[in-house]
Amino acid sequence: MKSTITKPKSVLILGSGALKIGEAGEFDYSGSQAIKALKEEGIHVILVNPNIATIQTSEHLADRVYFLPVEKDFVAGVIERERPEGVLLGFGGQTALNCGLQLEADGVFERYGVRVLGTPVAAIRLTEDRQLFADSLAEIGVQVPRSRAVGAVEEALVIAEEIGYPIMIRSGFSLGGLGSGICPTKKSLRDTAVKALALADHILVEEYLHGWKELEYEVMRDGQDNCVTICNMENLDPLGIHTGESIVVAPSQTLSNEEYHRLREISIRVIRHLGIVGECNIQFALDPESDECRVIEVNARLSRSSALASKATGYPLAAVAARLALGFSLTEIPNAVTRVTMACFEPALDYVVVKIPRWDLRKFRRAVKTIGTGMKSVGEVMAIGRTFPEALQKALRMLEIGARGLIGDQQISFDDLEEELRHPTDERIFALARAMDAGWTLEKIHDLTRIDFWFLHQIEEVVRIAATLRQFAGGDLPGGVLREAKQAGFADEQIGLLIERSEDAVRRMRRSRGIVPCVKQIDTLAAEYPAATNYLYLTYQGREDDVTFDQKGESVLVLGSGAYRIGSSVEFDWCCVNAVRTLKKLGYRTLMANYNPETVSTDYDECDRLYFDELNLETVLEICAKERPKGVVVSMGGQVPNILAPQLAAAGLPILGTSSASIDRAEDRHKFSSLLDSLGIDQPEWTEVASIEEAAAFAEKVGYPVLVRPSYVLSGSAMGVAVNGEQLARFLARAEDVSLEHPVVVSKFIMGAKEIEMDAVAANGEVEMYAISEHVENAGVHSGDATLVLPPQRTYLETTRRIKRITREIARALEVSGPFNIQFIARENAVKVIECNLRASRSFPFVSKVCKENFIEAATKAVMGEKVEWRRRSFFELDYVGVKAPQFSFTRLHGADPVLGVEMASTGEVGCLGDTFSEAFLKAMHSVGYPLSIGSVLLSTGPIESKADFLEYARILASMGIRFYATRGTGEFLARNGLETTILHWPLEKGEPNVMSTIADGNVDLVINIPKNFQEEEVTNDYLVRRQAVDFGVPLVTNLQLAKRLVEALQGMKREDLLIKSWEEY
Amino acid sequence: MRATLLLEDGSEWAGELFGGCFPASGEVVFNTGMVGYPESLTDPSYSGQILVLTYPLVGNYGVPQSRINGTADLARSPFESERIHARALVVAEYSRHYSHWRAAESLHAWLDREGIPGITGVDTRALTKRLRHRGTMKGRVILSDRESPAPEPEYDALVQLVSVTEPTIIGSGRQRVALIDCGAKAGIIRSLLQRGVSVLRVPWDYDLSSERVDGVVISNGPGDPKLCGPTVENVRKLIEDGSIPLFGICLGNQIMALAAGADTYKLKFGHRGQNQPCMRVGSRRCHITSQNHGYAVDDRSLPEGWQPWFFNANDGTNEGIRHRDKPLRSVQFHPEARPGPVDTDFLFDEFVAMLGSKGGGK
Ligand SMILES: Nc1ncnc2c1ncn2[C@@H]1O[C@H](COP(=O)(O)OP(=O)(O)O)[C@@H](O)[C@H]1O
Ligand SMILES: Nc1ncnc2c1ncn2[C@@H]1O[C@H](COP(=O)(O)OP(=O)(O)O)[C@@H](O)[C@H]1O
Ligand SMILES: [Mg+2]
Ligand SMILES: [Mg+2]
Repeated sequence: MKSTITKPKSVLILGSGALKIGEAGEFDYSGSQAIKALKEEGIHVILVNPNIATIQTSEHLADRVYFLPVEKDFVAGVIERERPEGVLLGFGGQTALNCGLQLEADGVFERYGVRVLGTPVAAIRLTEDRQLFADSLAEIGVQVPRSRAVGAVEEALVIAEEIGYPIMIRSGFSLGGLGSGICPTKKSLRDTAVKALALADHILVEEYLHGWKELEYEVMRDGQDNCVTICNMENLDPLGIHTGESIVVAPSQTLSNEEYHRLREISIRVIRHLGIVGECNIQFALDPESDECRVIEVNARLSRSSALASKATGYPLAAVAARLALGFSLTEIPNAVTRVTMACFEPALDYVVVKIPRWDLRKFRRAVKTIGTGMKSVGEVMAIGRTFPEALQKALRMLEIGARGLIGDQQISFDDLEEELRHPTDERIFALARAMDAGWTLEKIHDLTRIDFWFLHQIEEVVRIAATLRQFAGGDLPGGVLREAKQAGFADEQIGLLIERSEDAVRRMRRSRGIVPCVKQIDTLAAEYPAATNYLYLTYQGREDDVTFDQKGESVLVLGSGAYRIGSSVEFDWCCVNAVRTLKKLGYRTLMANYNPETVSTDYDECDRLYFDELNLETVLEICAKERPKGVVVSMGGQVPNILAPQLAAAGLPILGTSSASIDRAEDRHKFSSLLDSLGIDQPEWTEVASIEEAAAFAEKVGYPVLVRPSYVLSGSAMGVAVNGEQLARFLARAEDVSLEHPVVVSKFIMGAKEIEMDAVAANGEVEMYAISEHVENAGVHSGDATLVLPPQRTYLETTRRIKRITREIARALEVSGPFNIQFIARENAVKVIECNLRASRSFPFVSKVCKENFIEAATKAVMGEKVEWRRRSFFELDYVGVKAPQFSFTRLHGADPVLGVEMASTGEVGCLGDTFSEAFLKAMHSVGYPLSIGSVLLSTGPIESKADFLEYARILASMGIRFYATRGTGEFLARNGLETTILHWPLEKGEPNVMSTIADGNVDLVINIPKNFQEEEVTNDYLVRRQAVDFGVPLVTNLQLAKRLVEALQGMKREDLLIKSWEEY
Repeated sequence: MRATLLLEDGSEWAGELFGGCFPASGEVVFNTGMVGYPESLTDPSYSGQILVLTYPLVGNYGVPQSRINGTADLARSPFESERIHARALVVAEYSRHYSHWRAAESLHAWLDREGIPGITGVDTRALTKRLRHRGTMKGRVILSDRESPAPEPEYDALVQLVSVTEPTIIGSGRQRVALIDCGAKAGIIRSLLQRGVSVLRVPWDYDLSSERVDGVVISNGPGDPKLCGPTVENVRKLIEDGSIPLFGICLGNQIMALAAGADTYKLKFGHRGQNQPCMRVGSRRCHITSQNHGYAVDDRSLPEGWQPWFFNANDGTNEGIRHRDKPLRSVQFHPEARPGPVDTDFLFDEFVAMLGSKGGGK
């Protein structure tokens, strides 16, 4: 069956840019798979994506990579240079899709003869414009909720009267429910509509379908009109909670054959009518009490759900979608999992999949914790089991929020259960179990939540089993009870909590009864055909393994990074993928364990065997008991595997690379500080906290501010800068909640110092490779939120010499073999160490790609005891600069204070290259949403020192003809210095002209707000200014150093100076 | 209570009993569909078989109101026949609690009323792999060692047992289609009625030569087509006449082939599921189909004048045949769906369009 299609010779793919809420790692998965598929077809691939931490921007994938903003002018520049024959818009989320629509509108594709592959642009428009969409579906008799698109608030109010409250607001050309909301009253409609219309031209005013089931289908269609649905998914949470915020199961659980296939038929009818070619996602609302259903939307591109569907079924959606876009038919593409069947079929699952979003709401001061129609989650986990409780409880553990399952943990508690059930937060699932445990009826719970009784009954089963377990407290469990608990997904540790025995005792009891998990395959066909698949999970509902464990050759198990969360995301997936690739090259069989459906490391073709399962002691032990690998690599997946190391080592598993004892010495802040003392390496003064009084005494001695830091955490969880005793007491209490087993330390907070980052690889204690990056912001901004520069531009040579020397000493003392990272603070030439991570760090992909030297390949060799080679091209000699900038998602986090501090808040990052610092910096800033030129700025520059410090830069802005708005203090200060401003009233003053209205009216292009204090607890004017900026989508700068660099760059650089150069050309 | 499935090869599959508290015996087959247990259990093609479902969670949405009086009622109900035809049901995880607005009772209660045993807690994936590997086997469900074994199905007389005994007319459409009932699913009747024709449902061995009908449908049914000698003979006459449009479904496809002079054979473990891709010969069109069959038509034995119509994209087996110039066609899959995808529903449109236009409809 040879195809007759004419493939394009070269294809441009647009990526999705920095990870943000709503658009995260799933687009690295889809883009990477698409690139692989195109390469297999012999096509020259060009990629535009500033997200330097992704796998898709690796040297082994696309032929040409541009670390440039996914924005029409830059992409047009790339098209002009590269002249691709085709372009793919469906693999880079909403960012790529919207950019593509603009390029089409501007006639760029036509001008350069670029063919849009896959779904035609006209069809994309139909799906994105909510009104056109509703009209189009009416043509084929498919119902959508009653609604009308409006462009003004007053109009919205009129329509709402017609439809009746509560009203649902939605915007087009967006994702993750941005700007959407449920409005029970006129007032809330007005509030929501104003903000939504600030972010979009039109919004949809719609009837609110209370309590309806929400379902999704993933559909593929080829040019021959063949259609298949790959997966259907059901939300446990009814309509009103975004699918990205919902607990989702695949396949659907409460649909009858008639419903399943009716929705499937509508999906196919809609997709044919719209003319989609490739992959798309369709969302439904289904009345739980009648045959009524409505189509909510179609996303004519790969989506978060399609990544989930792909991992849930084993069907490589993105790879197949890319081939369909080239013109292949579904019947011409083989099923890569079975290798005997073809892509034109619908997977049959013989297991249940549960996805749960991972939120980090507690990291944000003041953020509203309730969930709803807008996305707030930063990642997700996916669990596979043969019973629903098994998959659910696995997933809850995978979240790594301290829960050992649905029930049994004490630290999750609720002040008001009824309120929690009625207005859900990220913890509602636990509240369900609590309510049942407290004897509430399922009817009452259903009335409050509208969650289907089937799910409630399943949860009740778990609660019932927990109650049975408790009856055996202190004693031995009968085999039947233990097996039932394991089949319902109870972990050994969780059972231990319930029967008051140690995890280890439960494990011994279990094994002595022969209760061990089985390894099952995900094969897309429910065992109907023999499958060559390496995609595996563990279950207690089974009696035999699907695979054997007698392969030749040594194997190595690499532990992945788990759910993306603040502080740990795609960068660690890049590390894991590269570690696996290197291990393969070294001749090992590679085993990967991970449970994040948004990753490339969990793709079917990356490792020899993939365990899509938990990353904890119990599961890793079970995998190792079967596989007997040579050892476990814990240094690539970030903090999740890193903190497991001591437990794994204690259980007798071989840890490859740096020893677990050394890891403990570096992670335990107390042990590490002692080590530095013994090596005579300077560090900020510190003390371990024994009591609040002692901590206060220490603070008095060294002087406030002081920094509170728990051990064994990532991304500065629960850290805080205290300026007085009262704050100190509060932070200490919070820190103790986070880290029970590990000590909390208090150190002197050093102001006005530079922060410098060392990423390195050592073998047997000798440093073999390193890169030094400096932060633009002073110390005090978490390294994950800081703007990094490589090579350093403003660091003294003597400082870097000292840093190198200290790095060598620490590596030797800890006998490091593998990747590691040290953070330094420098003032003048005095260098202090703040922390050391004996694992790959967030910046490894950045330094690897800027230096064009794969640090992870080297680190993996070091871990395996192989020789590491470094071409020794000193990075100081790079004749270009790399800048990494953070991406924040504050707009979606209602109420959160958008200010930088010691606790990390960014959700993603970009990295760009330039011939000068300013060029790279401006490209990076533009990639995360800052403008390249501005007409007006709102200044509120904080304490008098920073006002004075910024004055020179204000003059620069003035010389550029930029209009100034300022708050009173700043305005008067500038006036005294001869600069003219419009002085605005503070938000709390209410007078006009006011900061709030000026921002809301769209008069301000940039807000510079330098806070007066470290962490403000109460609602201040400053907070309101910042919040208003992010609510209305106005770029915001809250750091003085960053503001200064931005002003310099804006002055020195014009758009034409930002060169369109590919990575290879630097 | 414990229950065990014993296979011909000596393997034992123990689990918990639900449904009817009786032993059972039959041919053990697996189905990979993820929904549709009420439809499958009432499909007469499962007569004499023990059904293993590969999807682990079963019973979630309960069972709708299931008391049915007569054919006309059946045509409206969500079931495929008046009773459960499978001998037993084997699942991994029976869901005791169900939830659905249409549900009237639990799967357990229904099975119990119909005297059909169910086993839950079985590693159905391992069981499926064994059936795939060794081929379909006979098996017995036993509740204890002491009981007397359940009688074996009369494998040679399955079609007689599930067919109707008297002809009946359903619907009042002007055009009349005879349905040769070898164990017909209600869905076939429904699909015809929806298109405005009336249906003359006749027993499997009924001689249609004295009836005036505009078309004939040969239904699905259980077991080996070669046991349907009288049906094959009757269809042969219709084929020779060649003026009345014929449409065979599943067993009907095999009967059509035998009547045309071609051969059929037993598949190792059959096709049972809702995701089988079927290609239309000579095109790049592929349809997702619902299937339930253990026998297949041997393409290579088709006589002059006949040609394959569809084939299975996974394993290449025949999925339908047609006559080059007469209105005689049949498919191995189930265009009436239930359970399963409705994608090939259009075949009924094509069939009805051929009625009364002798020899028309290419
Ligand atoms: N009419 C409605 N009534 C109630 N909830 C709705 C309605 N429309 C959408 N939703 C909820 O809002 C969420 C987001 O809407 P959607 O159109 O999917 O936005 P996005 O395109 O950003 O994903 C949906 O997942 C659903 O839970
Ligand atoms: N003594 C200090 N003085 C000033 N800033 C500090 C000090 N210690 C840490 N910081 C700041 O706090 C941030 C987070 O601290 P760090 O120990 O690296 O936490 P994490 O382990 O979560 O990355 C650092 O990036 C730095 O900016
Ligand atoms: Mg959308
Ligand atoms: Mg949506």
